[in-house]
Amino acid sequence: MQNQLRNILENAREDISKAASKEEIEKLRVEILGKKGRLTALLRSMGSLPAEERPVVGKIANEVRESIEEMIAQAGEKLKAAEIQLRQKAEAIDVTIPGTPRSLGARHPISVTIDEISKIFMSMGFSVVDGPEVETVFYNFDALNAPKNHPSRDLTDTFYIKDAKDVLLRTQTSPVQVRTLLSQELPIKVISPGRCFRCDTPDATHSPMFHQVEGLVVDKGITMADLKGTLDAFVKQLFGSSTKTKLRPHHFPFTEPSAEVDVSCFKCGGKGCSVCKGSGWIEILGAGLVHPHVLEVGGVDTDVYSGFAFGMGVERVAMLKYEVDDIRLFYENDMRFIEQFR
Amino acid sequence: MLVPISWLNDYVDLKDIDLKEFCDKMVMSGSNIEETYQVGKGIKGVVVGKILSMEKHPDADHLSVVKVDVGSRTLQIITGAPNVKKDALVAVILSGETLPDGKKIEKGMLRGLESDGMLCSFQELGYEDKVVPVADKDGIILLGEDYPLGQELSQALDTCQDVVDFEITPNRPDCLCMTGMAREAAAVFERTLSLPRPVIQREEGDVKDYVSVEIKRPELCSRYVARVVRDVKVERSPWWMQNRLICAGMRPINNIVDITNYVMLELGTPIHAFDLGMVKGSRIIVDVAKEGEAFTTLDGAERTLDEKSLLINDTQRGIALAGIMGGLNSEIEQDTAAILVEAACFDPDGTRRTSKKLGLRTEASARFEKGVDPNLCRLAADRVCQLIEELGAGIVVGGAVDVYPREYQAPTVAIRPGRISDLLGVALSGEEITGILTRLGMKVTSQKQTLLVTPPTVRMDLPQEVDYVEEVARIYGYDRLPATLPKGSNAGVKTQQREREDLIRDTLLALGLNEIQTYSFVSPKGVDKILCPPSCPERGFVRLINPLGEENSVMRTTLIPNMLEVLERNYTRNIPQAEAFELGRVFLNDIKTEEGLPAEPKKVCIGMYGAKEDFYALKGVCEGLFKELRILDVEFVQETENKTFHPGRCAVMKKGERVLGTLGEISIGAAEQYNLPQRVYVCEMDVNALSELADLEIRYKAIPKYPAIQRDIAVVVADQVQAGQVEGLIRSHGGPLLERVSLFDVYKGKQVQEGCKSLAFSLVYRNPEKTLTDGEISEDHQRILKALEEDLGATLRDM
Repeated sequence: MQNQLRNILENAREDISKAASKEEIEKLRVEILGKKGRLTALLRSMGSLPAEERPVVGKIANEVRESIEEMIAQAGEKLKAAEIQLRQKAEAIDVTIPGTPRSLGARHPISVTIDEISKIFMSMGFSVVDGPEVETVFYNFDALNAPKNHPSRDLTDTFYIKDAKDVLLRTQTSPVQVRTLLSQELPIKVISPGRCFRCDTPDATHSPMFHQVEGLVVDKGITMADLKGTLDAFVKQLFGSSTKTKLRPHHFPFTEPSAEVDVSCFKCGGKGCSVCKGSGWIEILGAGLVHPHVLEVGGVDTDVYSGFAFGMGVERVAMLKYEVDDIRLFYENDMRFIEQFR
Repeated sequence: MLVPISWLNDYVDLKDIDLKEFCDKMVMSGSNIEETYQVGKGIKGVVVGKILSMEKHPDADHLSVVKVDVGSRTLQIITGAPNVKKDALVAVILSGETLPDGKKIEKGMLRGLESDGMLCSFQELGYEDKVVPVADKDGIILLGEDYPLGQELSQALDTCQDVVDFEITPNRPDCLCMTGMAREAAAVFERTLSLPRPVIQREEGDVKDYVSVEIKRPELCSRYVARVVRDVKVERSPWWMQNRLICAGMRPINNIVDITNYVMLELGTPIHAFDLGMVKGSRIIVDVAKEGEAFTTLDGAERTLDEKSLLINDTQRGIALAGIMGGLNSEIEQDTAAILVEAACFDPDGTRRTSKKLGLRTEASARFEKGVDPNLCRLAADRVCQLIEELGAGIVVGGAVDVYPREYQAPTVAIRPGRISDLLGVALSGEEITGILTRLGMKVTSQKQTLLVTPPTVRMDLPQEVDYVEEVARIYGYDRLPATLPKGSNAGVKTQQREREDLIRDTLLALGLNEIQTYSFVSPKGVDKILCPPSCPERGFVRLINPLGEENSVMRTTLIPNMLEVLERNYTRNIPQAEAFELGRVFLNDIKTEEGLPAEPKKVCIGMYGAKEDFYALKGVCEGLFKELRILDVEFVQETENKTFHPGRCAVMKKGERVLGTLGEISIGAAEQYNLPQRVYVCEMDVNALSELADLEIRYKAIPKYPAIQRDIAVVVADQVQAGQVEGLIRSHGGPLLERVSLFDVYKGKQVQEGCKSLAFSLVYRNPEKTLTDGEISEDHQRILKALEEDLGATLRDM
């Protein structure tokens, strides 16, 4: 009987190794291990053995069964692996064909720039406020200490509204300063991005509509040094940490002292190039301490409080940063232009 | 303001400071510089020559053959200059030399005769046409003084001059002259300022015997100084004066005019000189003109004045437009025998008004508009007389008529060194501040905690303490101030409105749309093009008084026309597909804010065209946006009356009764107004409504524990029955277990009868408390099918 078991094992080994498909293996399994299989039949006849032989033969018979089961399993796995390999080979594709398009839309470069500027100032504690674009002469000029005869008030410079007394399209975002002073509690720390309008015929560097970002801080003990530090921190974030700031004295009606702010050229680092027109510096901001007349209009006690304000042209920053050479491109909205500002 | 450095050195000694250092420090003290350049640069190989003889060229009428002595030799030169004459001293460029513009002069033959060198004009030597002396303007240079023959012209005329072009801000009219800039330079470089102190050697007679002055409108003319010069000789000014005028951007004319211009540039006070012989009645009357009065200015133009225009009159007529331009009737001529020198001070606003009204801006009016110090008038008149004497241009009559009813005194302002330090963020002592202000020519006295400061009268821009903060800061140096950050640590926030606008923009970007930005002012025709009816709210325009053109004459009331223009532009540029949005303000004249200003609500407009676009692509974008804003149950109601849109492909979006906006395909009629493909899909929504309805508060809901049962049904309905109706009916009859209804197929074709369509819905039932059985939902399901059949005449189709 032991010999018979050995024969079954040897035959099975040979048959299984020759099997070429899952089906053949399954057939062998049934033939050997199935209810009517060879091994099953042999084991059924074990009852005829002497009682003392039974444990020994039983043990061998179990070993044979386990061996065969293992052989079948291994063969099955081998065959499956081969099949998978074959199938995957057949399913190979051309990976160089372009993917199915899924993309974000592109933000307008003016929005990109405003968002970036806003993000920097918000991280420095500035809140974002808004004001109307159709403004009064009071907020746009009078309250900002603009001289009554200032040329910027002329019809040749400022758009005025029909059938309304002293109403105009704001020429700057500065009126929001006064609105904020009148509507908010002190201290104030805000920026206000938005559209402005001036009577400029469009050309490569002029647009009758443009954007500014205004900034205003009013608190006890605000100094010119604070203005300097704030703008310095801002330009370092906007243009890179090695950017330097230079404040030059200038004149604006609504600030005193006033400054124009240059940054070291972020393209050439200050050596002089086409972007900075060889000077190494680029003017990007107007700023100063808020003129007491403006604070007074806003009901602020100028002996206790002081403040600084600044304003910058968004188009100018965007043109410098992205080297856009024609401001009109911003308002043509050619998709091939906009899609470059993702 | 053009400042020749050599001229500036007359008043402040800067010879040891190089140009770059000068410019850098002037800029950092507030005198910004537009540019620096050299006048008369690159003149080389040009020498002084004398015309020995001249003859007509035998073969050319307009050419002359001249023999020119250039010191070492005599050259034959062929010239076409009309003003060449024998014995004249001229500028000769030698053969082989190069003109400043790079043109090389070669010895050569001209119409058969040798020409060795060239006689030069100022223009050929690189001078701007507008500054070339009148005498030399139309020909070659004729030198007015003696120079050694053969001397380099650059040496003879001291041509190469550094000129700095300063940008003068409107608050600093005192800097519109050499002495003004010298005062700044003296403060910056801590040098002594020396101003002209005119002394006239010989005066004859008394001015009172020649002229009297009356100011009838003292509010428009605060001072009038008149001096008289007789035995006048009108001729060319000496070269040194012409050279300075040229470098400062003015054309030399004759000695009298040049001197008045010179003194204006030197002191900042405009001067006018009248031909005294033409001043009728020997009397000057300063008064306004009569309404409609005609007056011819010395540029030959006849101008119509009004009763606000200030006029200088004699006893019979106007003779000068005060502070703007003289009259032709009293102009200095070659034969003028005596002149009246006027140094006056006219009102800035009045001058500006008249100058603007007449469209006549001059060097004089530009200065009066900004304000001129009346205290300079006498000095300026004296300085003119001194220069006339010095140049031998006439005999000065003694004394001056000086009508000056109220002397201007500079206000003394009390300033607090402590406050200045507090505002600048740097501790400055009273002594330091006094030092800085003294350098600027101010008188400073100390009084307890304050300083009393009186500026020079030319500084009319310093009425209060804060003005001195700037004076101190700019001379101290902005670059020396520390850089600090304001104290306080509040976080920056955005308004909820802005947060939501950002969310709308971000969502539309995430849905693949590009953002555009268009002009806020538009053509009123835009609403015609999109076929808005005659009396729609979109026609309630905010209109501009002074637009750049009709195409920018009203504020937009809708973003749709701009969107269509942008799509049109892209389409005509052969961009096959575009998906875009704009979020921006519209302006409604008929709705006013509390302050009475037009309302400026924000809208968001979406526009798309291209092969893959259709109504549902646009609707999908809208639905994506609603999903992100968590605005649930938005209804799309068919809209057939809006002419902008295709009547069969347009819907109004509503949440309850609130209208969110309209979407659809642009109507054929509207699309034809633009160069657009026919299928363009546009949507405009109200940003306020979106942001108010947005529900951004997130509350967690448990994920269902028990399985759902899904039943798919297909119903055949008439074509005119909308899917939305069917869905609504299913929902309203579904009972509480019906969790979700979704349309997954619309079919028309062979298996469905003509005029009908098959709509396939998937219905999901769930009980959140337990596992559902088929039996539990069969009643609900049957109720739905019955309702569909009874209410819509639907028949069930086998799936």
